[in-house]
Amino acid sequence: MRVPIEWLREYVDVPAGATGLQVAADLVKIGLEEEAIHGGGITGPLVVGRVLTKEPEEQKNGKVINWCSVDVGDANGTGEPQGIVCGAHNFDAGDTVVVVLPGAVLPGGFAISARKTYGHLSAGMICAADELGLPDDGSHGIILLPQRLGVEASDLTPGQDALPLLGLDRETVEVNVTPDRGYCFSIRGVAREYGHSTGARFTDPVLDLNSRAPEANASGYPVRVDDDAPLRGNVGCDRYVARIVRGVDPAAPVPAWLSQAVTEAGMRSISLPVDITNYVMLGLGQPLHAFDLATLGEEIVVRRARAGEKITTLDDVERTLFAEDLLITDGGERPLAIAGVMGGAESEVSDTTSDILIEAAHFDPVSIARSARRHRLSSEASKRFERGVDPAIAAAAAQLAVDLLVEYGGGRVDDGVTDLDTVVPAAPIAFDPQQPTRLVGVSYTDDEVEATLTAVGCVVERVEGARWNVTAPSWRPDLTTGPDLVEEVARLRGYDQIPSILARPVAGRGLTASQRYRRTVANALAAQGLSEIISLPFVSDELHTKLRYGADDTRRSTVRLSNPLSDEAPLLRTSVLSTMLESLKRNIARGFKDVGLFELGLVVAGPAGTAPTERVGVHPTPEVLAAIRDAVPVQPRHVAWVMTGDGERKGWWGEGRSSDWSDAVATALGIGRVLGVQLEVAQADVAPFHPGRCAQIMLPDGSVIGHAGELHPKVLTTLGLPPRVVAGELDLDALSAFAERPGVAEPIATYPQAHSDVALVVDSGVTAAVVEDALHRGGGENLESLALFDIYEGEQVGEGKKSLAYRLFFRSPERTLTTEEVNVARDAAVREVDKAVGASLRGA
Amino acid sequence: MSGPNTNYDPVEVSALDPEVVESNVTVALSAIAAANSLEELKDARLAHAGDKSPLALANREIGALPPTAKAEAGKRVGQARGRVGQAIKERQAELEAERDERILTEEAVDVTTATTLRRPVGGRHPVEMMQQLMVDLMVGMGWEVAEGPEVEAEWFVFDALNFDEDHPARQMQDTFYLDPADGGLVMRTHTSPVQARSMLERGVPLYIVAPGKAYRTDELDATHLPVFHQLEGLAVDKGITMAHLKGTLDHLATQLFGEGITTRLRPNYFPFTEPSAEMDLRCFVCRGEDPACRTCGGTGWIEWGGCGMVHENVLRACGVDPSEYSGFAFGMGVERALMFRTGASDMREMIEGDVRFDAQFGLEV
Ligand SMILES: [Zn+2]
Repeated sequence: MRVPIEWLREYVDVPAGATGLQVAADLVKIGLEEEAIHGGGITGPLVVGRVLTKEPEEQKNGKVINWCSVDVGDANGTGEPQGIVCGAHNFDAGDTVVVVLPGAVLPGGFAISARKTYGHLSAGMICAADELGLPDDGSHGIILLPQRLGVEASDLTPGQDALPLLGLDRETVEVNVTPDRGYCFSIRGVAREYGHSTGARFTDPVLDLNSRAPEANASGYPVRVDDDAPLRGNVGCDRYVARIVRGVDPAAPVPAWLSQAVTEAGMRSISLPVDITNYVMLGLGQPLHAFDLATLGEEIVVRRARAGEKITTLDDVERTLFAEDLLITDGGERPLAIAGVMGGAESEVSDTTSDILIEAAHFDPVSIARSARRHRLSSEASKRFERGVDPAIAAAAAQLAVDLLVEYGGGRVDDGVTDLDTVVPAAPIAFDPQQPTRLVGVSYTDDEVEATLTAVGCVVERVEGARWNVTAPSWRPDLTTGPDLVEEVARLRGYDQIPSILARPVAGRGLTASQRYRRTVANALAAQGLSEIISLPFVSDELHTKLRYGADDTRRSTVRLSNPLSDEAPLLRTSVLSTMLESLKRNIARGFKDVGLFELGLVVAGPAGTAPTERVGVHPTPEVLAAIRDAVPVQPRHVAWVMTGDGERKGWWGEGRSSDWSDAVATALGIGRVLGVQLEVAQADVAPFHPGRCAQIMLPDGSVIGHAGELHPKVLTTLGLPPRVVAGELDLDALSAFAERPGVAEPIATYPQAHSDVALVVDSGVTAAVVEDALHRGGGENLESLALFDIYEGEQVGEGKKSLAYRLFFRSPERTLTTEEVNVARDAAVREVDKAVGASLRGA
Repeated sequence: MSGPNTNYDPVEVSALDPEVVESNVTVALSAIAAANSLEELKDARLAHAGDKSPLALANREIGALPPTAKAEAGKRVGQARGRVGQAIKERQAELEAERDERILTEEAVDVTTATTLRRPVGGRHPVEMMQQLMVDLMVGMGWEVAEGPEVEAEWFVFDALNFDEDHPARQMQDTFYLDPADGGLVMRTHTSPVQARSMLERGVPLYIVAPGKAYRTDELDATHLPVFHQLEGLAVDKGITMAHLKGTLDHLATQLFGEGITTRLRPNYFPFTEPSAEMDLRCFVCRGEDPACRTCGGTGWIEWGGCGMVHENVLRACGVDPSEYSGFAFGMGVERALMFRTGASDMREMIEGDVRFDAQFGLEV
């Protein structure tokens, strides 16, 4: 809402000389936040000038300029006429104009100085309206001051300061109006708040207008409200004032003060009737609609739309109406307007209009909000109606419009007055006067509470020792409960009165295990040289295809946004890795060849249901609550990582080593290890991984919690990534749940360690994991650990075979093992491998 | 091995002559002193103290002496060999020390070459670290951390929080709706639904913070992210007032941004709080003392987040009796807090995943 300070002054005593900045500071204190301050953009000498001479000079390019001498009084310091070159022609010698002198700065930071041009020294500029940031007054060029201001030239003195004459010393404060304060979408409302903030005297313009507005009478234009489907039990229109002004000249000039007021408040000056309706809306907060009476029949009927009905609105768009839309119709048939949202083109005031019907109505906020939303049509009127317009000002607003149409449009007002009023007065709030003290933490006396609420406009009925009856004023439909009144008390007494007291919670449990584990995992990955990222979690079916997910891959089933930012990514991710590859690509494009990234985040891992809902302020039944919860898809937290290039770089120290599939698997195992979980690995073939270089990662209980390995070469080429990128992803929630038990400390054996090497020849298809399992089983409890130190395939072991060489480490917690004991255990381990997968000792 | 000499031979016995012994010692000592390396010393030892050295040979002759001469000759030769042995030992120690010194000198490297890193540098995401820092401050005061899903039921995101479906505030949330749009699911627009979940699951009294991601249909630019992080706080207990809200925010602000950085409450509107307030932060650049400050526009205050007393309808929807309990809630942007704390100025950098963004900070912000 733009609030011109001069307009504000009409309703509240703003101190002389108050700047926009000061007014904005006063308004922010009571909750109207500053958005911007407009105007006040001209500094330096802008004065009245009288053109003494004007000599046209034709230039070589055919253009004609005027070499003028202008009397600017003493404003130039010499009293001599000022020489100015001017390119415009809509003036003559003898005219009174506006002159900007060297040293001034015009809007946009345009500094004026004397400069040589067209063979003359031009010391200043004769001004046009747009150069000063003013609306055009019809002159389409140089401002002719007496005409613009509607005064005699003799009233103006050369050298006189023109800033106040043109209102250029005026400032406009733009404030953000929160959705609960619809009444502040008017100068009247802001003025009231300014009064609350500063104590300045507020004069409600509605009081005087109401006193002048005539009573409704039988000769008023017939209006009927016929709402057969009220929303939430509220009839769509509970007040409709109609007034008629005849013989209006729609082309009558708009007085300068009116166009200035409307323009400063941020709307365009269009025509006298339009400007008047906008002026009343901006001033009082009551949206008006002006109908061309000649286009109306016998009666206005306010009713709900019929499905499929159509109307062409003022913006020349034909709109199909919804059954819930509230309409203003001609005799119940032809739609004239979508009530409170936008008028129809057919009944609009045009340049042939003579008789005007002014509508000042009050519509149900819910009805207007829904219509505006359905038609994606947020108008100045709907913005106000959906936030709540004061239903008590309709007659006053219509009166103001009538007055102005008569005064400036040459109209005569009809005696007939329509005022259909079924407004239900606000019910009193049973208010505990201690509640402000209890909620705010400042001790307010009963008298303070009463005085504050009264200042806001409430009617307070004090009941000693019991709850008070507080009735909110008509312009505050947002005040319906005790806490609403508490805010008024706190706000007007000042939020700066609230002391600062630290809340002392009951002792907490600290972080949960899962919250701690997340940090541990992330810190470990960072320490390993990976960078944490946060990627946008939006994906697409196309990405899933690029990642080679099969048609029935469960990761394809996820939730879809109905209004995605981009149609190219309408789905929520089911894999964290899937959204990380874009960041990997970006890093590579920025010149980083060796990159490791990781991310922790939620994924969708289950179907979404349909969630029921419940009205605000109502505690749902256990059944409804369960249905709400169950509709939300399961969203576990995953951790994913991706690496490309050298994990260890080459450099002056020698060769580097690129990260390979085993690093990706080792990362998975490392994540388990930092949480004290010995993860297991098995061969797998899952997208987006290389079918032969993909490990599935399992909890010790055998459940699969993720995969790691090298990405499929086709995935990499499709996504434009370099070869041999490796990656992995784990369900961190599953891992955390397993890890969430205190570790058990085993005694540390101190007897010497013994080792023995074996080279086992097995079929090529046998995995190390299977061999190691068997070695552990057969090696007995003294087999402390083992390490694979060589893999050999070749003619020495024969076609289809490979040799896996292990060093087995033995230790007993009770004694030093003898060579004999070690050999027995080793042989038992080897036998177990043979039993499991068929193995011979290499060279045996 | 030399056996006892049964044949007396006067020529050979001259090796035991005191002068000869002394001259052999002199020769040996000068050879030892002349040895300039451990190798030369080894040669000198073989020549002058080895089995074939004159003194060793002389020692062998002692056995052939008449018993009366044995003792004196033995003593003489023994002392001579002792002197040579001692000289060798000393020279050995000197030369070893020199060698050790030389090796250490030779092994010296240019340690400044180690600044070229062999492994890529990792790091935590600053937004995560900022969130962690804020959470830790709250946990340190006894608050607990609560979490919830990002795809969330509309009831939790809006209705439970007193956002009426027809209220303009609900339209102003720029919500991502899930398909079908009437299925009652959205991307949470704030972490506030965790308020409702926590009250329902844990009951009251309750002191929780809810960190996490929130979603708005904002196009990505320097100051807007469609996915951002929020820290929501909720305290519900008997006797909670706005003063407790102010105290808690002041404490958090001071801890995060430094001594003297307090908050200011000014009236605002949020559907889930009443009274509602906007919390401004004392400008951490000028502390309200520079009218030309670009960070705060000269006002001395920076907008930080929304807060207020929990609306009675929220308490009711969550099964809490507003006549018995009151509460306060606040919500603040983590990205914004990070910008305040570190001077980061372009929010796009926070979701691009450029490794350099993390590398500036390591594991702390
Ligand atoms: Zn500042």
